[in-house]
Amino acid sequence: MYKVRLWSVRRSRFMEGLYNTVNPAIIAVLKGVTKVFGKKLDKPITAAEAGLKGFLFDCQMCGNCALSKTGMSCPMNCPKTIRNGPCGGVRPNGMCEVKPEMRCVWVAAWDGASRMKDGDAIKSIDFAVDHREKGTSTWLKLAREELAEDTK
Amino acid sequence: MIEEIPNVETLGTNPGDPLPQLPGHVSHGRFERVLRAGHFAVTTEIAPPDSADPDEVLTRASLFDGYVDAINATDGSGAHCHMSSLAVCAILTRAGYSPILQISCRDRNRIAIQGDTLGAAALGVCNALCLSGDDVGAGDHPEAKPVFDFDSVSLTRTLRVLRDESRFLSGRKLDLAPKLFIGSSINPFVPPIPNRVDQLAKKIEAGAEYIQSQYCFDMDILKEFMKKAVDMGLTEKAYILIGVGVLPSARTAKWMRANVPGVHIPDAIIKRLEGADKPLREGRNICVEIMQQLKETSGVSGVHVMAYRQEKWVKDVVKRSGVLDGRVPWAPETAEIN
Repeated sequence: MYKVRLWSVRRSRFMEGLYNTVNPAIIAVLKGVTKVFGKKLDKPITAAEAGLKGFLFDCQMCGNCALSKTGMSCPMNCPKTIRNGPCGGVRPNGMCEVKPEMRCVWVAAWDGASRMKDGDAIKSIDFAVDHREKGTSTWLKLAREELAEDTK
Repeated sequence: MIEEIPNVETLGTNPGDPLPQLPGHVSHGRFERVLRAGHFAVTTEIAPPDSADPDEVLTRASLFDGYVDAINATDGSGAHCHMSSLAVCAILTRAGYSPILQISCRDRNRIAIQGDTLGAAALGVCNALCLSGDDVGAGDHPEAKPVFDFDSVSLTRTLRVLRDESRFLSGRKLDLAPKLFIGSSINPFVPPIPNRVDQLAKKIEAGAEYIQSQYCFDMDILKEFMKKAVDMGLTEKAYILIGVGVLPSARTAKWMRANVPGVHIPDAIIKRLEGADKPLREGRNICVEIMQQLKETSGVSGVHVMAYRQEKWVKDVVKRSGVLDGRVPWAPETAEIN
């Protein structure tokens, strides 16, 4: 939801804190789930992630989540899906060139990042997304990466 | 005049032949030579024709002869269909010009872009400019599928990988890397204005060696932006060329401000055009004054004159501004004389 999305960016500092506390817990649980159930619960877990992140950030489930590096403003809501924005077309009032009724996702991102502890993360380059991961869960990806590390 | 600027205007026996690549240079192009020699560079853009006729390209380019160091060939600008940038660049290169291949992310994915980049270099093109591109909704085919597989930053990084690591993104090796002088764009005049210099830093970190900006009609914002860029050491890492434009009337200026994405024109400029007896002349005066101020601005390496439908005035404003300091950029005719 657009309004909730703007709310999340305004509270980017709080969301960052929440992310830093909750995310490790989610990953830990999903590691356990993966050990016991394998990939059997992927669908409901992915749906849960899509539901929660969709509500808070209008998440598009690109599978390459960058929220913590983009001021809690999801770059996939940019009509040009720019990952290192903004583009040069931003309107004088900070609204999107393509959708004049929407605040530029990257104006929001730099604003959100300015309030975050690790706000400088927005300054590092985020290379183009891997489109194979569209629709997949970033949580499960992180959990499985950690599992693979653990078993090394 | 030409003896005074060694290595800038040297030619092969045929104007389309590649120049020798100088030590420390990444391309064999003339545009890079002009900038690295420390000259104040002038670039402009050509409107690619709605035609399959190569002579139309050469006729349009000849308008700039002797006044510009490089010519940008736009890539479906404003999301309108025209002759491709790659073809325009190939035609211009064969005639000896120094074109800049504009690559927009709107129409091609990473497979097509990497292929076109190799093709351009094979055809002798020496410069590329990485852009995100206007949205399809702005153009004459709003029903088209927007691609945007890359953004300008990822695109810039990709061209550097092709050139410096001699490989595709996949890792597959190239037999010969494309020797391109790689640039990107910046718009310091629209929000988030305080972060625009960070965006510039990101583009330079991605690998941009020169930058061409959006239209500058507001010297206050530009000076602030350039001061930060100089303080951050960015002007040591990339050549910054600032965009300038010729406004034909207050009406056009207002229309551009309202309808062309990213164009910022202060009220003071519009008032000046409204109050002028000869607005067309006043529009050129404004352009000349801004160019002269840019020449004196620390960190600015050149100007990029964008004069859509006003191309015939490019020579006039460059000449009157005096930014070339008497230098005569390469052109087919001056080359014959020398």
